[in-house]
Amino acid sequence: MTQKLLEVNNLKKYFDTKRGKLHAVDDVSFYIYKGETLGVVGESGCGKSTTGRTVLRLIEPTEGEIFFDGIDINSLSQEVMRKKRKEMQIVFQDPYSSLDSRRTVYESIEEPLRVNKIFNNRTDLSNRVFELMNTVGLAERLVNSYPHELDGGRRQRVGIARALALNPSFIVLDEPVSALDVSIQAQILNLMERLQDNLNLTYMFISHNLSVVRHISDRVAVMYLGKIVELASYKNIFINPQHPYTKALLSAVPLPRIDLKLDRIILEGDVPSPINPVPRCRFYGRCPERKEVCKGDLPELREIEAEHFVACHLI
Amino acid sequence: MKNDYILEIEDLTVKYITEDSIVSAVNNMSLKLERGNTLGFVGETGAGKTTTAKSIMRLLPEPPTKIESGKIIFNGENILEKSIKHMQSIRGNKISMIFQDPMTALNPVIPIIDQIAEVILLHQTKDRKAAYKRAEEMLEIVEIKKERGEEYPHQFSGGMKQRVVIAIALACTPDLLIADEPTTALDVTIQAQVLKLMHDIKESNNTSMIMITHDLGIVAEACDNVAVIYAGSIVEYGTKEDIFNSHAHPYTEGLFNCIPDLSKTESELIPIKGIMPDPSDLPTGCKFHPRCPYAVDRCSKEEPESKEISDGHMVKCFLEHRK
Amino acid sequence: MSAVNNTATTRVQYKKRSQTKEIWRRFRKNKSSIIGMIIIAILIICAIFAENIAPYDPVKQDYAHTLEHPSKEHIFGTDEFGRDIFSRIIFGARTSLSVGLISVSISCIVGGVIGAISGYFGGRIDTFIMRCMDVFLAIPSILFNISIIAALGPGIVNMMIAVGVSNIPRYCRIMRASVLQIKNQEFIEAAKAGGALDFFIITFHVVPNSLAPIIVQATLNVGSAIIACAGLSFIGVGISPPTPEWGAMLSNGRDLLRNYSYITAFPGLAIMITVLSLNLMGDGLRDAFDPKLKR
Repeated sequence: MTQKLLEVNNLKKYFDTKRGKLHAVDDVSFYIYKGETLGVVGESGCGKSTTGRTVLRLIEPTEGEIFFDGIDINSLSQEVMRKKRKEMQIVFQDPYSSLDSRRTVYESIEEPLRVNKIFNNRTDLSNRVFELMNTVGLAERLVNSYPHELDGGRRQRVGIARALALNPSFIVLDEPVSALDVSIQAQILNLMERLQDNLNLTYMFISHNLSVVRHISDRVAVMYLGKIVELASYKNIFINPQHPYTKALLSAVPLPRIDLKLDRIILEGDVPSPINPVPRCRFYGRCPERKEVCKGDLPELREIEAEHFVACHLI
Repeated sequence: MKNDYILEIEDLTVKYITEDSIVSAVNNMSLKLERGNTLGFVGETGAGKTTTAKSIMRLLPEPPTKIESGKIIFNGENILEKSIKHMQSIRGNKISMIFQDPMTALNPVIPIIDQIAEVILLHQTKDRKAAYKRAEEMLEIVEIKKERGEEYPHQFSGGMKQRVVIAIALACTPDLLIADEPTTALDVTIQAQVLKLMHDIKESNNTSMIMITHDLGIVAEACDNVAVIYAGSIVEYGTKEDIFNSHAHPYTEGLFNCIPDLSKTESELIPIKGIMPDPSDLPTGCKFHPRCPYAVDRCSKEEPESKEISDGHMVKCFLEHRK
Repeated sequence: MSAVNNTATTRVQYKKRSQTKEIWRRFRKNKSSIIGMIIIAILIICAIFAENIAPYDPVKQDYAHTLEHPSKEHIFGTDEFGRDIFSRIIFGARTSLSVGLISVSISCIVGGVIGAISGYFGGRIDTFIMRCMDVFLAIPSILFNISIIAALGPGIVNMMIAVGVSNIPRYCRIMRASVLQIKNQEFIEAAKAGGALDFFIITFHVVPNSLAPIIVQATLNVGSAIIACAGLSFIGVGISPPTPEWGAMLSNGRDLLRNYSYITAFPGLAIMITVLSLNLMGDGLRDAFDPKLKR
């Protein structure tokens, strides 16, 4: 757990819009150790999905360095990057739009193997497809099914099999269970944990669901408006949160228990627009603890104790 | 308060009849809702929660839907026997519904104040001035500045839009509010705001509510009674305490075991095996038996009756595993 | 990977079902499309074996039997030059069908490819292509056709090209619109993440998912292409007069419509039946290409 597989420094992604520059990911730095799961939580529009896609260069970053296994992949050419991507894969949120409705389970799983010309004979190729189906727990009889004939859980298994096809070492999981029912969600979460152990995978797990993130992550990054506001081990985040936003976010989750009554911090207002933000703490407008000092510069992400980073003037 | 039921459903069966299949969406469902209470409908996709809610509103298109049998008694009258015209005077007036997606529930080309005033003009008063005054009040109740009433839906965020939807639903102070996953499309911090708002309004108007959700957290927070629905039937019904502290049905137990709990440090997820049955081809006997860890022979042959295991706590299971 | 490798030995081999067979299986289930296809097949056979089927020479004038109503000898009657209408329709199928089908194929394929490229790559390429198409659309189609023929010279092939080219913008726009919708779907991103090249993504994901509106438009368009050709023939830049052709027959009979309506009715019927059956077949094809719409 000491080697960093992925290290991201000062990653930025701005989109040009009619009203100005949209700061989707704004100067984000983090790293992921080999074999661990980094959870990324935040509300919609906080830039967590963009971060996940930018790390894989599915979206080209505006600025920043992305070291994968010691190589700055942001400096690689398109063609070299395309080959590098065998080691870095992604599983999407929506198992309905992430599979081509006109292609069978077999064709979907086979595709990355085919386009990368991994095998030169059909038997090896189909053996690998069936092997992958077994790995993710898909019955072999479903090989000729079309996505619409499968339920959400099975579709997500196809998506996972497709991501595993090229033996990646790193997978970005972009809200992989958000579209699933709770009973199916647990099946998929367990599957992903098992795969991580068996195949020695490193995950970046993006989700808005804090309970799920807590369950699966080793370390957690909390994002707000394109910035990481807190980054720490899951224990520190959930038991000893420091940033006011993390605290509010945690207290807002309705718990499936009736014996606990928590003091809820209800935030005022909505998430402000990420277009041309004022260069101060992004949370200033909604923060229940804001002080004079917060009107000043952007707070830096500082290490307040070992492996616990917080971006807040008050700490 | 005893026996003052705002809504009673007896033996409701709803089917979708298409060319090549008959889908049993709701099967012999019965339930009672006391005035002023909130009932949670918990279940997974395709369990029949929304179909039940829409049959109460009589919003299901017929055909392909067919209400095969049963009664829905609202304020003492069976609304399944009412004419369309009569239903139109109930809908939005006595019973209102909040839909899951606030993005599509509002008309994008009409200012929000007009959309609120429209329902009031339709049901309550013909006086435009009074209607607009009431609409402004409603905006204030849902904590939107009344100056923003002239704005169009796209100028509002998701949470604000859901507030507008709530304002429309509550404009005529309905007796019953049906909320179909009202916060699923919203972020957690916004969800907390909306839930609190709904709670406050409900308290001050003594509105009864049906809250449809798949999130047990929201149930714990917002409901008094809970109906756990599986494959078109209520498998367990009871007070919130019954369901959270002493649930008896294996499906309810499975639901609790498979959600990650934010308040616990380490927890292993025990998923419910298998998938939801195809509602056009439901298993015989107990609908849950193919996925049930405790299933015995009898479960696949007979369908269990709903029995009362303690006061008001109904379970649709033979409970062989507890004997 | 050791944990999963050992299961690879004892496996039932699944045959991948062929895509064409699948499409045919689904197409077959649609009764009306099958009827449409049979009618089209009959028309094509008529066109190919016109010499054997037609009872008379389609261009031979017979002044003894001008303007005869349908009878045993001339089942569809004769025109003002005494030519047998039935024979002319049979022979006309040759020109009309090929003109309709080929010109539509030209606009479909060229427009489809341009539209797909425009929609998929977006940006400057898209702006450039779409502005060009706007310019094309702004020119009245008849004028456009005449200019192309003027440039290429008259003749049946050039006429097909002219009619085909003038319809390109229409297909281009349709294709672009559906590509724009498809390209933001996650499966396109998934394909990119899997290392697929743009060419692969366009051919295997984008085009198959965008075909439906093109197919419908194409089948509806065959009729208007036939009429457009007739218009061109009428002003003397298309098919020269004695050659039988449905559109030309339709416009020639116009003056006699009051007393001899059958002269226009039969070629009109022929065009109608062609378009209708193509349309039925097109609907079936569209559904057959879409595995979601199984019956």
